[in-house]
Amino acid sequence: MIDKTVESTAAALHGVADGATVMIGGFGGAGQPNELIDALIAQGARDLTIVNNNAGNGETGLAALLKAGRVRKIICSFPRQVDSQVFDGLYRAGRLELELVPQGNLAERIRAAGAGIGGFFTPTGYGTELAKGKETREIDGRMYVLEAPIHADVALIKAERGDRWGNLVYRKTARNFGPVMAMAARLTVASVHEIVALGELDPETVVTPGIFVQRVVRVPRTATGPAGFKHAA
Amino acid sequence: MQRLTRDQMAARVARDIPEGSYVNLGIGLPTLVGNHLPPDREIFLHSENGLLGMGPAPAAGAEDYDLINAGKQPVTLRPGGAYFHHADSFAMMRGGHLDICVLGAFQVSVGGDLANWHTGGDAIPAVGGAMDLAIGAKRTFVMMEHLTKSGASKIVERCTYPLTGIGCVSRIYTDLAVIDVAPDGLILVEACTGLAHAELERLTGVPLRA
Repeated sequence: MIDKTVESTAAALHGVADGATVMIGGFGGAGQPNELIDALIAQGARDLTIVNNNAGNGETGLAALLKAGRVRKIICSFPRQVDSQVFDGLYRAGRLELELVPQGNLAERIRAAGAGIGGFFTPTGYGTELAKGKETREIDGRMYVLEAPIHADVALIKAERGDRWGNLVYRKTARNFGPVMAMAARLTVASVHEIVALGELDPETVVTPGIFVQRVVRVPRTATGPAGFKHAA
Repeated sequence: MQRLTRDQMAARVARDIPEGSYVNLGIGLPTLVGNHLPPDREIFLHSENGLLGMGPAPAAGAEDYDLINAGKQPVTLRPGGAYFHHADSFAMMRGGHLDICVLGAFQVSVGGDLANWHTGGDAIPAVGGAMDLAIGAKRTFVMMEHLTKSGASKIVERCTYPLTGIGCVSRIYTDLAVIDVAPDGLILVEACTGLAHAELERLTGVPLRA
């Protein structure tokens, strides 16, 4: 019998190595798997490369992981927020490497990794600082930039409901990066609020099929908190 | 002259969004446009974090932080709306499926180049979906104050801030004017009441054809 469910978030994070690339789902607070991030902090892996849309809010979750000094590099699209003080401090002190990626390129680079695509040409960012040094090509009269896939050792994602085969459904805009990150990592860990029996998820509406998921852990339901952007000057 | 307020600017942009349009409203000033879309006009609002058919903010106490917009504020979903993941959401932009996106800006050049993500220097950069939005929609509208606080024009011969996209802006809405970006330069569509063409051109510092 195949059972991908594990008893605890500690068991879910077992084996994450130092130097690993870890994708973390979420757009701000929505879809951010806080319990899995806490378990990663407790697990102890260091020198991590983190892939997330943002770079942490407040002092908890991803911000706490950064504060614990466990992250070497972050790949994200929008680090600067009203409450990104932990990231801001580390970045200004030169203690954290930042790879800034336009959000659509971030999603597509992750998707490409999961789909076995070796790279893709995108019009996003052409002629800007973020495309500096990258190969460009004119295709049918338009200019494109070559972007590489982003693979991960581990993806930590938050879904709403799952089963023991790892099939997942999400809740509202908490879906965001979950489905593509699940495809792009060798080990995908999903937290869910409910584990249901096989067959209970409507197969027509499964969003992430279990082939992309290795571990499922149930966590209590908590309210997702607010987080706002800090506007540029 | 009667400079437009932020809400009047938003109402002016809303006038140009026809029924049936798929529209993305950027963070900041463009978000106000949503308040001025007439309820009897069916317009599909897209939010890059994975929803189409976005509705207004919920009543106090009814916020659901799993249902937020790109600015991370709680919103609602209209009947018929849908959720999807990030790669699909940005395929809607890059794939040319959105009709209009409305973005804020630091500067727009006469050639339609857009600068809206970074003020340069030692500011911490953050780009979000700006570069994808700028080049993805069929038409990209910019909505901004015409002049900086020190009185410099934000419409410029060449952007001095880092670029978001090249030649991507189709129309500019400011508190002073509506201006189209044409292949051979800028065309004045309308100026605010009491502002003569010559005076607007002097303030803007670049040629504006009538």
